[in-house]
Amino acid sequence: MSTAMTSRDGIRRFVPILVGVMLVVFMAVLPLLNLSLPGILPTPTYMPGTLALLSLCMVFAALALSYNLLLGSGGMLSFGHALYFGAGAYGLGIALEHFGVPLWPGVFIALIGGMVIALATGAVSMRVSGIPFAMVTLAFAQAGSVLVRRNSQVTGGEEGLSLSTEQVPDFLVGVVNTRNLYWFTLVVLVVVYLVTLWVDTSRLGHLARATRENEQRVRVLGLSPYRVRLIVFVIAAGLASLAGVAYMLLQSGTVPRAVSADLTITVLVMVVLGGVGFRWGAIVGGVLYTLLDQRLTVLAGSEAIAGLPDVLRVPLSEPLFLFGVLFIVVVMFLPGGIAGTIDAAVRRRRGDKVRGSLRELDDADEPAEAPAEVRA
Amino acid sequence: MSAAEAILTVSGLRCSIAGQQVVEDVSFEVPATGITAVLGRNGVGKTSTLRGVLGLIHRRGEVRLAGERIDGLPTHLIVRRGVGYVPEDREVFAGLSVAENLALAERQRNPRREFVAELFPDLVARRDQPAGTLSGGQQQMVSVARALLNDNRLLLVDEPTKGLAPKIVAEVAAALEEASKTVPILLVEQNLEVVRRLADDAVVIAGGRVAHIGKAREILDDEELTRRLLGVHAERAA
Amino acid sequence: MSTIVLTLVTGVGLGALYFLVASGLSLIYGLMHVLNFAHGAFLTLSAFVGFMVAQALGTDSWGSFLLSILVGGVVGALFATLTELVLIRPLYERHIEQVLVTVGLSFAAVALFEGIWGTDPIHISGPDWLRQTSDVLGARIPNTYWVLMIAAVLVLAGLVLFLRKTRYGMIIRAGVENRSMVTALGIDVRRSFTLVFAIGGAAAGIGGVLAMHYSTFVSAHLGQTLLIFAFIVTVVGGLGSLTGAAVASVLVAVLQQFANSYLGGTGDFIVVILLALVLLVRPAGLLGRKA
Repeated sequence: MSTAMTSRDGIRRFVPILVGVMLVVFMAVLPLLNLSLPGILPTPTYMPGTLALLSLCMVFAALALSYNLLLGSGGMLSFGHALYFGAGAYGLGIALEHFGVPLWPGVFIALIGGMVIALATGAVSMRVSGIPFAMVTLAFAQAGSVLVRRNSQVTGGEEGLSLSTEQVPDFLVGVVNTRNLYWFTLVVLVVVYLVTLWVDTSRLGHLARATRENEQRVRVLGLSPYRVRLIVFVIAAGLASLAGVAYMLLQSGTVPRAVSADLTITVLVMVVLGGVGFRWGAIVGGVLYTLLDQRLTVLAGSEAIAGLPDVLRVPLSEPLFLFGVLFIVVVMFLPGGIAGTIDAAVRRRRGDKVRGSLRELDDADEPAEAPAEVRA
Repeated sequence: MSAAEAILTVSGLRCSIAGQQVVEDVSFEVPATGITAVLGRNGVGKTSTLRGVLGLIHRRGEVRLAGERIDGLPTHLIVRRGVGYVPEDREVFAGLSVAENLALAERQRNPRREFVAELFPDLVARRDQPAGTLSGGQQQMVSVARALLNDNRLLLVDEPTKGLAPKIVAEVAAALEEASKTVPILLVEQNLEVVRRLADDAVVIAGGRVAHIGKAREILDDEELTRRLLGVHAERAA
Repeated sequence: MSTIVLTLVTGVGLGALYFLVASGLSLIYGLMHVLNFAHGAFLTLSAFVGFMVAQALGTDSWGSFLLSILVGGVVGALFATLTELVLIRPLYERHIEQVLVTVGLSFAAVALFEGIWGTDPIHISGPDWLRQTSDVLGARIPNTYWVLMIAAVLVLAGLVLFLRKTRYGMIIRAGVENRSMVTALGIDVRRSFTLVFAIGGAAAGIGGVLAMHYSTFVSAHLGQTLLIFAFIVTVVGGLGSLTGAAVASVLVAVLQQFANSYLGGTGDFIVVILLALVLLVRPAGLLGRKA
């Protein structure tokens, strides 16, 4: 590979930025256009039905991005990420309902609350790494779920907490203002993307990747791998809380499921489907999953499926079953996900090395394979 | 030495651990009799070479056992073709008793239990003791005994005297010498006295590659060569 | 006084249930470094099949009760073996992918169960004696707890015998300590992987049928809630340690019951606090080996 920067390289670097900007602009003007995608979008794009769906896609894309930061860049497999998403959603709800603050301070409180919880739980969870770490994060999320379900006074219990709309500015309330909510979630998505981009390309991101691959090297530099990981963890949690806030506003309410391990696993599915370690993969995964979820539910209830013999009807009428199978297939045969597979194909054509993804993850339990000698 | 006489032929062996290259390009042959030493400074890739031969770490290149290619095989199949392994740091199973450690290693219908019992009477006395409570020297005996129980065609032995008291070092060396009468040994060893006593041929590794091949005593007698490649004076090595 | 006895005994009984589920998890993780998310699915399927067997033979008889437990164990073992052969083995050494694949399986399995048996919990019943209580020091103990304890002790005894007296047991004990050295002795560990999955699945299956009787209903989600407690128990006890799992099961369950009785139903929460404490003080778990 030549080290000289040809003009082709220069242009190539700008292409993704250009594409990104164009996409954002396109998404921003979408509510003003009358596009239809029958079968995928329920209504033309200027109507609230589609806008609500697309907003939900973007909320989950943001959540997937935050999880990708944790899993892809930080190499931390967490099963409790939804805890911080729920903290954002419930935090906003509680702040508005029980503290009576206006919207923006409420958002602020929710974000800080989520990050504080992340700091506490992360600090404890990181006493172990790899798969034990995953189990501990799962336990914390479960605790959060139980807490939310039991305290009906504060959190609305099983019924969920609805958004107290008095403190929310008028332009964000009501079906007629779905457009504004759409733009709000678009802004959230862009902010989350930019933050993850910044972390990845900053010194912190490089340290995180180095920590993921070889903790020793980072310690030798006099830095603490624990602290690096914790910072990434808290940032990812903060972004998840932001997505939770957007979710709360969009849905005008939240339910205990938002804190459950179920949701984290859903996000994990999104990120793996999209491609671990790829920011655009996480977005694709989040959007695809949300769309598929909607469409498959419709399909599952349709008459076409109802007419099939039982053996086929039963599995096909459960969208989660299809997802589970799809997920298994992707993990076994396309471990790079959508983005990973495409990226590998492009790199192979260019003759570059193909990126490894899941293999570089924090796998602390392989002492026998640790280097027996350090290279001089 | 022709290839027909060599029990092990290594060509272009390249090994990596967690993406890091630890053996660059190693080629050598091990004759079907006697002891061949693998020498070199700390960290040059001696242990990794042995582990690469066994397939315990990621490796590329050609490895032949008595002419048959084994580099594509998983570890347990390589071992079953008659390769015994005495790893660096012994790696006995601490929770299992001495007898269980040995029983685990038995691969054939008539393992050489009497042979091992004669060589290591101490182990017979301690057969029900958990291996984790043994001393370093005793654990080394278990580790060597494991490799001698079966009719192997080749033994890979990695630093068997590391961290042991001089008296035990002598015992281990004696055991290896006895074993080498019936099976060839590829021996990684830092203790040059032991090498001088036991080894016929030697392969010197530096920077992940083979730097020198020859008769062990000739190499050790060559002060300048020893200092350059091994960083020590042969006579002063304890 | 009788409340204390009640809480204590029910705690031990619940711990027995946790042990049945956690024992398999601990062994599987210890040997294979795989976190088996599908363990809950093994449990649930065994419960459903056991339920159907008991229904067919009449739920009141002891014969059908015992048979349903046996069938549950077999179903659990089969499901687990199939999972290992089809999904886990092809991903040899790729631990994260193996975990993910079990996550996908648990997703799909729960959805499939809901499709087949519906989303509502199905009320079940067993032999009359299970519904009654026994008097111990003034406390009225529901008899299901005795069954749980007996089953757990039998399973523990069986596992210990297997591990200490058989060659495969020896291989598994050695493999939990140092897997690569086992292969360097010429042993094909993959067969032990399948065996360990099967054993874990059988224990989970037995646990599933008993969990069903304990909660008096069966549903597609039966395994999932238990699974989280099993995870906590495995981490607290020390991954890979059978005795650790046994000790931690009782510890966690008794604590949970006491917290529920005397600290206003905060049992679930207290358990997580215990987990946090153990992690802060002894990250490898109570009886775990330092990784």
